[in-house]
Amino acid sequence: MISATNISKQFGKLKALDNISVTYPAGECIALIGPNGSGKTTFIKSILGMVVPDSGKILFKGKDIAQDCHYRSDIGYMPQIGRYPENMTIGQVLEMMKDIRNHSGSLDDDLINDFNFKSLLNKRMRTLSGGTRQKVSAALAFMFNPEVLILDEPTAGLDPVASEILKQKIVKEKEKGKLILITSHVLSELDDIVTQVMYMQDGKMVFYKPFDLLQFETGENKLSKAIAMIMQQNQFSDIL
Amino acid sequence: MKKIIKYIITDILRNKIILSYTAFLLAISFTIFSLEDNSTKGLLSLLNIVLIIVPLISIIFSTIYIYNSAEFIELLVSQPLQRKKIWLGLFTGLAGSFTIAFLIGAGIPIILFEATAVGFMILAVGILLSVIFVAIAMFAAVRIRDKAKGIGVTILLWLYFSLLFDGIVLFLLFQFSDYPIEKPMIAVSMLNPIDIGRILILLKMDVSALMGYTGAVFKDFFGTTAGMVTSFLILALWMICPLLISLRKFDRKDL
Amino acid sequence: MAAKQKDIRMKIYFLILFFLYSLPGMCSIIHVGKNERIKTIKEAISHANELDTVLVHGGYYKEGNIFISKKIVLKGIDLPTLDGENKYQIISVKANGVVIDGFKIVHSGTSSLEDIAGIKLYDVRDAVVQNNVLDDTFFGIYTQRGTNCLIQNNVLTSARKQEQASGNGIHCWKSDSMRIINNSIKGHRDGIYFEFVTNSVIWRNVSTSNLRYGLHFMFSNSDSYISNIFRYNGAGVSVMFSHHVKMFNNYFEENWGDGAYGILLKEIADSYIDGNHFIKNTSAIYMEGVSRTIMVKNVFRNNGWAIKIQASCMETELHNNVFLGNTFDVGTNGSLVLNNFDGNYWDKYEGYDLNKNGIGDLPYRPVSMYSMIVERNPPAMILFHSFMTSLLDKTEKVLPTLTPENLADTKPLMKLPFRL
Repeated sequence: MISATNISKQFGKLKALDNISVTYPAGECIALIGPNGSGKTTFIKSILGMVVPDSGKILFKGKDIAQDCHYRSDIGYMPQIGRYPENMTIGQVLEMMKDIRNHSGSLDDDLINDFNFKSLLNKRMRTLSGGTRQKVSAALAFMFNPEVLILDEPTAGLDPVASEILKQKIVKEKEKGKLILITSHVLSELDDIVTQVMYMQDGKMVFYKPFDLLQFETGENKLSKAIAMIMQQNQFSDIL
Repeated sequence: MKKIIKYIITDILRNKIILSYTAFLLAISFTIFSLEDNSTKGLLSLLNIVLIIVPLISIIFSTIYIYNSAEFIELLVSQPLQRKKIWLGLFTGLAGSFTIAFLIGAGIPIILFEATAVGFMILAVGILLSVIFVAIAMFAAVRIRDKAKGIGVTILLWLYFSLLFDGIVLFLLFQFSDYPIEKPMIAVSMLNPIDIGRILILLKMDVSALMGYTGAVFKDFFGTTAGMVTSFLILALWMICPLLISLRKFDRKDL
Repeated sequence: MAAKQKDIRMKIYFLILFFLYSLPGMCSIIHVGKNERIKTIKEAISHANELDTVLVHGGYYKEGNIFISKKIVLKGIDLPTLDGENKYQIISVKANGVVIDGFKIVHSGTSSLEDIAGIKLYDVRDAVVQNNVLDDTFFGIYTQRGTNCLIQNNVLTSARKQEQASGNGIHCWKSDSMRIINNSIKGHRDGIYFEFVTNSVIWRNVSTSNLRYGLHFMFSNSDSYISNIFRYNGAGVSVMFSHHVKMFNNYFEENWGDGAYGILLKEIADSYIDGNHFIKNTSAIYMEGVSRTIMVKNVFRNNGWAIKIQASCMETELHNNVFLGNTFDVGTNGSLVLNNFDGNYWDKYEGYDLNKNGIGDLPYRPVSMYSMIVERNPPAMILFHSFMTSLLDKTEKVLPTLTPENLADTKPLMKLPFRL
């Protein structure tokens, strides 16, 4: 579905992405994990075309994304911090996105119903809390039934109820065979969903392997523990 | 792209600044025309508005607007939309809003009180300067990431075009006062859209005679159809160049 | 006794009767026209005696140069046309007291060697040229060494495009006691031209759209010109090298162009300029070498420069003048000021009058910083109406550095000194 080859990106002196090559097949749920500043968001943004890599190539369904922007209509993106035109109401933002996407198929308004947006439609974006904005972002990401979902820290700032609703939605979409790419700090949430784990550090991809293989290698069931183990090992190897 | 323009214009119109700008222009133009019994004097006051206020408001408001819509732009970029179209839509939205604001704020009084060649020239120059300074704002905003720095730079740019440039011109005039520099001065004046606009309006007001030999030289150039077309083309360049450069920059910008 | 008185009375009656009857015989009327016995003006003039009247009836006369060397009245009825066929001077007068009245004089010759005119007066006194219409003449009415002549109610038009191909409308040279009244002159090189003319008056004329000057006035002393209108002339009006000139209630309007002046005053002394209106001129008055001249109650309105006064002017007094809507009120080239600008009305004055005596408490400086810059460096006009120059002017008002310190109106009027 998505394949990246030799992606590098430099911000000033900082190497945000260092020669990353990876292929994401459809139907997987990939956890993109790494410490702060490891380049996760930059990598996601590269896939979305928001960051233009210095070198390397990203193919989406075999097509170079630098050539054409239409591939993005197959992607639902939920940013880390969703910010929207302040003067618009939730309803207007949803309408605008429908208008811009010009989506032909049916719309998925599960999240709109589950998050109870009906009563909030006339609220202006600037009056919303961070959590509510996240809900808007989530609703937008899922609304157009995209084949690929890219979720950057999806549950950060959500209350437990909303967080659970979102998680259920992700599971549901995964079962439909969609490719789901998630970054998250709260690793425990990902246990039931994740099939692949990609670990990044200092702009480099440390490993990319199936979750069950990781579980087997580390002997840990929980993703958080498995990752903690690996991080420790890495530190030791750095010291040695 | 039409959709983007539509959303940006509705967003700008919701913004109270552009409405107060329109109201301000309306109020001041009506005051000028109704207070001055002498219409030439009224036009000269309007000239000052067009040459000073219009560029200032256009450049500063546009810069602030672009920085404030960084998130919106980010949202749009993650959608299946071409970056070029997003940026052009933003430009068209801003330029369109300022054109409408100026058309209402200054155009109505001009048509009511001073529907002459001079009046229409002021209208044309006002619209062109609005659009040019939106383009310059976009150029500055795309190059500078930091909002405070960006706004500072645009204020400096405005100061340069409306004041410092003329200071440099005066300096040059005294430095080269022994040479016939009237004709080179035409070329120099092309380096500043505000100066082009000012000279175009002044020549329409038939004050060229007042400007002595310089006026005659300028009239020989700007008074002819070819000169007029050239100066409007150069004004168009002043609009297109910053826009194209900013477009290229935006196309590769990391958000 | 009584009989003798009656006899004398009878003789007087007889004498009066004799004179009455003999008058027509002494000064007869000769008719000229298609239907008259005499067909040409030339023939009529050759038959005429001193004091005769030649009455020319309406029609078209192509007679080349008509020469008048007798004191006669040449009068047209129904505006007969005299055509010079673009070759001839049309009427030449070489006798005193000739009257030329009521002709249409067209198409005089053109020459670069002689001054060919529609009507030319040579060394004559007491001539009257009136009610004529001159069209397409090189010079219009030309006087050399004339004395006490009256030129009135004529309409002169020329449509020639080049200064060389065009002469002056009313041209007076070395003359005295001339009266130029109520003529209308259009499209000539100079509308009215005075050179070495003294003790004369130019009154109620309208001189417009002439190629060079509406009035060109040189070496002519003790003349007055009153209530004339000079409008749309290529270079305005020029008054030079003269003294004791009086200018009252004239209008100088729309003399707009590079090098055009409402009035150019050069080397003028002991003159009086009162109640004139200067409207929409590039420079209303340009003064050079003017001395002991009084300028009062003039109105300067919507001019580029109201007054350009060179440092060579002295003892010029300007009072009770009104300055309205001028781009620059006063321009000057030096810092030496020997003229008095007190007590005028300036619309740009921003001072106040605390003691309510009608006189502003702060002096008004009519010379702006920018006008000084332009005076030194004319191309700086390119910055006209720019933000920077207005800023410079404002600063200069607060801290005068470049503008002449003592060129100021110390008693600026708060209100108009008279109704406009």
